[in-house]
Amino acid sequence: MDLTDLLDTANGVISREIFVSEAVYQAELDNLFTRAWLLVGHESQIPEPGDFFSSRMGTESVLLTRDSEGAIHVLLNSCRHRGMKVCRYDEGNTLNFMCPYHGWTYSTDGKLVAVAGELLGVPHFRAGYGSRLDRSAWGLVPTPKVCNYHGLIFASWDPDAPPFEEYLGDFHWWLDNLCSSASGDIGQVRVVRGVQKWRIRANWKFVSENFLGDNYHGPPSHESVDAVGIGPGGTSAATRHGAAPGKPRSVASTSFTRLGHGATGSARYFLGYPAFEEPELTAYFERAEAARATRFEAEGRPIGAMGPATLFPSMSFHAGPFPRALMVAHPVSPWETEVWRWYLVDADAPPEVADWLRRYYLRYSGPGGLVEQDDMENWDYATEASRGPIARRYPYNYQLGIGMTQPSALRGAVESDYFMTEENARNFYARWGQFVQGDSWAQMMDGV
Amino acid sequence: MSTGHDRDELLDRLLLTQELTDVLYDEAELLDEGRWEAWLDLLADDLSYVMPLRLNVAVGQHHAREQTRGGEEVCWFDEGKHTLTQRVGQLRTGVHWAEEPLSRVSHLVTNVRLRRVELPEVELSCRFVVHRNRVADETDFFVGRRHDTWRRTGADGDSAGGWKLCRRELLLDQNVLLAKNLTLLF
Ligand code: FES
Ligand SMILES: [Fe+2]
Repeated sequence: MDLTDLLDTANGVISREIFVSEAVYQAELDNLFTRAWLLVGHESQIPEPGDFFSSRMGTESVLLTRDSEGAIHVLLNSCRHRGMKVCRYDEGNTLNFMCPYHGWTYSTDGKLVAVAGELLGVPHFRAGYGSRLDRSAWGLVPTPKVCNYHGLIFASWDPDAPPFEEYLGDFHWWLDNLCSSASGDIGQVRVVRGVQKWRIRANWKFVSENFLGDNYHGPPSHESVDAVGIGPGGTSAATRHGAAPGKPRSVASTSFTRLGHGATGSARYFLGYPAFEEPELTAYFERAEAARATRFEAEGRPIGAMGPATLFPSMSFHAGPFPRALMVAHPVSPWETEVWRWYLVDADAPPEVADWLRRYYLRYSGPGGLVEQDDMENWDYATEASRGPIARRYPYNYQLGIGMTQPSALRGAVESDYFMTEENARNFYARWGQFVQGDSWAQMMDGV
Repeated sequence: MSTGHDRDELLDRLLLTQELTDVLYDEAELLDEGRWEAWLDLLADDLSYVMPLRLNVAVGQHHAREQTRGGEEVCWFDEGKHTLTQRVGQLRTGVHWAEEPLSRVSHLVTNVRLRRVELPEVELSCRFVVHRNRVADETDFFVGRRHDTWRRTGADGDSAGGWKLCRRELLLDQNVLLAKNLTLLF
């Protein structure tokens, strides 16, 4: 698809068509969601052999499974016979998925099949197919690429996709923090059971754009939350959306100019953990912060990189712990998105800490969250008011902070001078354009 | 035909059912008229207000896994009076854009049944239908079951005859939430 007339990221002018056009949406499904690395889930959701979690990649239903040997797979949740969704449970434990339509059965049991997801049982195999059906060729379709990144499971449908680590680049510092406990122990987090899923009448890119560094929206969008205060450390603490009063951010935004990832804050800046009304919480996080500082110094990890942030294209997160949560924006149509939210806590958090965090996450984020509710109102009505033929003639303005950046010590990144900028969004859409117009991986990964 | 004793018991129960049904209707009225501070007055200080997620699980696992657990797992809500008071405060700011302008909301409460009567506490179940119409054409239906525990506090003269809500579990009949947010008080 030719996007020349729609995208002018250098000058910060982007057509509304990319948010509302069905042709652009189809090109996104065909060229972006079939190739990019997408988050599927977390290994703590499927700890035992046979555990599965029903997930989603773009518009497609997938199963995140653990086979009898403990290996993790991502399989397209669609029967190879007539396409029936073989599993309609959200989670469970089984090594065999029997299609309810005509009974084809697929297995992840290494004792019975050579490849996880292979077709194991076919009703009337002998009498009906003369035993000639090639069961090894008709298994559930696996994603050719899966990566377990410190517990986060990513997958891509493109066998030619670069390794996840290359796709991620130096943005890994943000993801590392998401995967680390409050004391910085990488991989030591777990998902709190239950994924919030909800529908919004907004284009999916509004979600990514919001989290990749849109500090500009904070004060007007979230004024009502600042008025009542829901922050950690008591009722009056500011939310994480703006700098705490009297505490300026050093460098307020980092953008990976070619890879498209973006974040509020920099790798060099760490806000510190707040004090709480509850002494046991303060004690836990004081200890954690001290341990984190020692560990990061010893390991040479930068102290910051907390976010909020977006991994291109559609996984957004707060690296935590206030909150430590991630969300994936799944496209449903140009004007509708299904948002999934996972919440994470330290794997070894004492119950009172895990419970405090969980309650904080729920009052902060998701459809019930005091903060996020107002975001969704804005995304929805922005989408709706951009659909008309007249509205579509007038592009969006992304000129905030043009030319106001400095190089970052991180490879392929820039930092913005001022904490309100649309630099991150401009680079996100430039990357988006490359995918959607069908650039090759060689073109897209050259010199990133 | 019941004996005099049975009949007295039945009448007591009917009167209590009706008394609490009236409390539920009054409560719905407060919510729908936007008298949220008066609604907060109905809440006990130790209120637990939970709306679990509902999962699709295989037969046989429903009891253990169909709902997420309050106090432990991810819910739509798992909070107390303090957070609900903040929600009301947010609604009053005039800049809570998700409810500015305010939605039109109606709470319908039905199928009221007393489950456990151990005065001063009464556990009851009911069904709710909450209808929201917002801005122009945005419409949401929230339908489900509710389990309440009400406590008679003996404080006469207040709107609910001294009844305070101390526990509410809301089982919304949705897996993927079809509304964009939950700005409503249930
Ligand atoms: S569609 Fe699955 S067996 Fe026919
Ligand atoms: Fe926001």
